[in-house]
Amino acid sequence: MSVIKVHELSKNFGSLQAVNALSFEVQAGEVFGFLGQNGSGKSTTIRMLLSLIYPSSGSIELFDMPLQANRNKIAERVGAIIERPDLYPYLTAKEHLQLFAKLSKQKISKEQIEKTLVQVGLSSRSADKVNTFSLGMKQRLGIAIALVHNPDLIILDEPTNGLDPQGIADIRHLIQDLAKQEGKTVLVSSHLLSEIEQVASQILIIHQGKKVAMGPTQTLLDPNKAIIHIVTQHDEQALSILGISKYAQNIMQRKDGIYLSIATSEIPVLHQFIVAANIPLMSFELKRSLEDYFLQITSMQ
Amino acid sequence: MWPIIQIETFKIFKRPRTYIAFGAIAALILVIQMGLKIDGESYAAFLMKDINNTLIVDGKVLNGYLICYILLQLLLVHVPLLVALIAADMISGEANLGTLRLLLTTPYSRTQWVLAKFIAASFYTILLLIWLAFLALFLSMWIFGTDDLFLMKSNYVVLIEGQDVFWRYVGAFVFASFSLLTVTALGFLMSSLANNSIGPIVATISAIVFFTILSTLNIPLFSAIKPYLFTTHMNNWKEFFDIKVTESNEAITGSILNVAKIKNSIIVLVVHIILFVSASVWIVRKKDILS
Repeated sequence: MSVIKVHELSKNFGSLQAVNALSFEVQAGEVFGFLGQNGSGKSTTIRMLLSLIYPSSGSIELFDMPLQANRNKIAERVGAIIERPDLYPYLTAKEHLQLFAKLSKQKISKEQIEKTLVQVGLSSRSADKVNTFSLGMKQRLGIAIALVHNPDLIILDEPTNGLDPQGIADIRHLIQDLAKQEGKTVLVSSHLLSEIEQVASQILIIHQGKKVAMGPTQTLLDPNKAIIHIVTQHDEQALSILGISKYAQNIMQRKDGIYLSIATSEIPVLHQFIVAANIPLMSFELKRSLEDYFLQITSMQ
Repeated sequence: MWPIIQIETFKIFKRPRTYIAFGAIAALILVIQMGLKIDGESYAAFLMKDINNTLIVDGKVLNGYLICYILLQLLLVHVPLLVALIAADMISGEANLGTLRLLLTTPYSRTQWVLAKFIAASFYTILLLIWLAFLALFLSMWIFGTDDLFLMKSNYVVLIEGQDVFWRYVGAFVFASFSLLTVTALGFLMSSLANNSIGPIVATISAIVFFTILSTLNIPLFSAIKPYLFTTHMNNWKEFFDIKVTESNEAITGSILNVAKIKNSIIVLVVHIILFVSASVWIVRKKDILS
């Protein structure tokens, strides 16, 4: 069952296209990694999933319901943190959870609030005001707010921002437990592949608002797989030929050419296939792995 | 919607800033009351010096009712500024803090949030007015006692019997609540347009000052729009203290000289409140939350 279905989603801010015809699905119970550098369109997409931003075009369905028409019903089943952990400085950690528990339209016991505080490691600071918290503690409280009403879908936008290595490891274990032990669906975004690959079963890579790769983590990070960058004089013709070939996967057209993933053993066969199809080939370049490719396109570490 | 009204009210009264207005009003009133208690007789003599030759006033001129009138004249001009401190920060303050996006991911619509915030801000405004009434009216009545209310208007004097005054203050405070709720709604509208705290507060205060100047200027060009400006009507609480007189110039107890003017002012203010709040709802519903 798909918990999230996004189809041809686009968002323009004036002349800037923040998200460009993005489509993906997230299945129930999986941890879905949403990867891309800062400014790639991750947060804009997440804000559209949470109806904070209205899409310019395309559609979003959550729990098989169109988002726009069922927004309040859907929101009861979603918990989220969005970028920075912005909270009320004059309220305590516990007051935050009580407040958001009340907003969830569900009956949430005191025990559930205590349990959530323990879950994120804030039980000893529950009576302290947020203005005394470090960034990491605020981030933990943000996650607690997302979890307090026991949602089916948890959306975490850069949840490890500001956390120390131990904090990052704790959040990683928390995400894994939420999916494995509690059956939650988790969408987690990050600009660090190393962070996503350890928790996500599926990965979507986004760059300049466009999907550049998507698939199971193991497949995308498989050392036996490679990314090929092809430049031809007739991309449309190449795309239709590649579409019927059994070798190429995750075929994507970008401004600088066509990208696809393929088993390294099948690279020569693919090359022959393109030449045999009489496609004027300008460049046929091997990008060794997804990580290389990701680092190259996002220019990051 | 009740839970979010409760939460918004809870948040207002958890913020230290909220108590600035209550403190400022208390400080001003207590200082004025103290000054009048110590040196009130000479102040009363100063007020009466022009008419002492033509009119003999029996009883205690400087009583709680007159003190309250003086205080309201002074303060009802400034209280809108204190109201703006909270109302103009209700939406933009959350946007600035980054918490607006948290609220808007909860299972309540944007319309519900805006209305809940306006209701909570209105509750604060009314409470501020009740605080003002308590200090300006009840405390003055307790400190200075009560008697007939003697008022000097620009070209006439009004004398209202002591037993005929209290209900007029009740009416004046109810009227003032409409004035202040209009300011709350204006602050709210400004708040829906911005993502920072200071801008909407300054904009609200500036708008009040600007329209007040337009309302008071006697320039024919502005005469056509003056009846429709909320600032023209905000101070019409004073109408409760103009009474009808008989042909022999005796005051008619329980009467108000121009009830229609009060009604008209309330209608204009209510229309402004509805317009400002509707515009806020429309703006918040339409906008992308990028903060």
